[in-house]
Amino acid sequence: MLTKRIIACLDVRDGRVVKGVQFVDLIDAGDPATQAARHAREGADEIVLLDITATHEGRRTLLETVRTTAVELFVPFTVGGGIRTARDAEQVFEAGADKVSVNSAALADPSLIDAIGRTFGAQAVVVAIDARRDPGAADPVREAQVYVQGGRRPVGRTVVEWAREAEARGAGEILLTSMDSDGTRAGFDCELTAAVSEAVRIPVIASGGAGTVAHFADVFSLGKADAALAASIFHFGVSSARALKQELVAAGVPVRLPC
Amino acid sequence: MRVTVIDYKAGNLASVLKALRHLGAEVEVTDADLGPLARAQRIVLPGVGHFAATKRLDVNGLTTCVRSAIARGVPFLGICVGMQWLYAGSSEAPEQAGLGHFPQLCSRFPECEQKVPHVGWNSLAAREGSKLLNGVGSGEFVYFTHSYKAPVTGDTAAEAFYIEPFAAAVERDNVMGVQFHPEKSGETGLKILRNFLEVEPC
Repeated sequence: MLTKRIIACLDVRDGRVVKGVQFVDLIDAGDPATQAARHAREGADEIVLLDITATHEGRRTLLETVRTTAVELFVPFTVGGGIRTARDAEQVFEAGADKVSVNSAALADPSLIDAIGRTFGAQAVVVAIDARRDPGAADPVREAQVYVQGGRRPVGRTVVEWAREAEARGAGEILLTSMDSDGTRAGFDCELTAAVSEAVRIPVIASGGAGTVAHFADVFSLGKADAALAASIFHFGVSSARALKQELVAAGVPVRLPC
Repeated sequence: MRVTVIDYKAGNLASVLKALRHLGAEVEVTDADLGPLARAQRIVLPGVGHFAATKRLDVNGLTTCVRSAIARGVPFLGICVGMQWLYAGSSEAPEQAGLGHFPQLCSRFPECEQKVPHVGWNSLAAREGSKLLNGVGSGEFVYFTHSYKAPVTGDTAAEAFYIEPFAAAVERDNVMGVQFHPEKSGETGLKILRNFLEVEPC
């Protein structure tokens, strides 16, 4: 049976894992390679490394961090942040990533999705979408808006429409972050996740707001998510992928238990 | 032990090389050069992406070389598209013939409510006596990412289920294939690759 994936996300700045609330107040949460290996050992199904400084400061993805993290990692490894061209993506793949996540650069030039997919396959292209509900709209969920610059600037497109275009251009997965929920530990935006998951045929990874086991169970059932991202819940020993999955199994969610 | 890995520019080779080296294999990569295949002790054909990419194998004469290596009894492992290539072909690229070692065709998952591609960790039901899956318990999980699959036949070494049963692994004597990515399947995947490295030539 195909299981629901629990993906550990490492937000990385200057080669260190950091975590903040709604992308501000960042605090140090350790070494990326060590953290990635620990999450994989404890049963995380995938690792995502997002270089959160890359877009802001125009920096390239931290290839050296990718290299050291990838060496002993034998689960799927996605890298995002600052990938602006197919050449940037190629360097990240050469450093050992299995997938790249593209966000603002794909919005600026959607053909980037086609270009990476053509060379490396659709399974290697994750399109990350930062979303906020549109409280002024008739349907705040279906008309949720795409944001860039850490959730500060709307680009004037709806999330559902952009997800569909990404799929049509050859994206393999959508990584959907609710900027309203991110870092709050108050739960995923299940309605928004379901709206996007129903609009596309490719897997949707839900992100933003994980705080309890029930939040994960909800986003898999109500939110129709294929996978869910967790960062802060795993840091500082709050919980582990293993503990989370054991509780999800008890709640009837199909997940892979680590050996 | 030495492993010859064929680079035919289909997706990312790095993960497969990394996993084989982690297991202590001496890895040799070849693309257009047929010499390494002629003296290969073990061959791995990786691959993610489109079946049409296997055209490159024909153009370079690699197909003929692989066929004779297989006839010599050299253990061969195809991964993902590399497994599908062992069959007669795939509806993903009908104009492109596979090796035809297994006579069936690969086809797309049928359209239904469930999503295609099949992405994520799914469980294996391994058949008794498989060398490749020796020690892999029923229900162990491996990582898949694909939209096309091979049918279940007498050569199927492990089945998986998504929408319908399909061949997660195939094995006949020295010729083996896995639809999933052992290099991305944690300890279970490494165990399968280790089994391949320990298979005796026929």
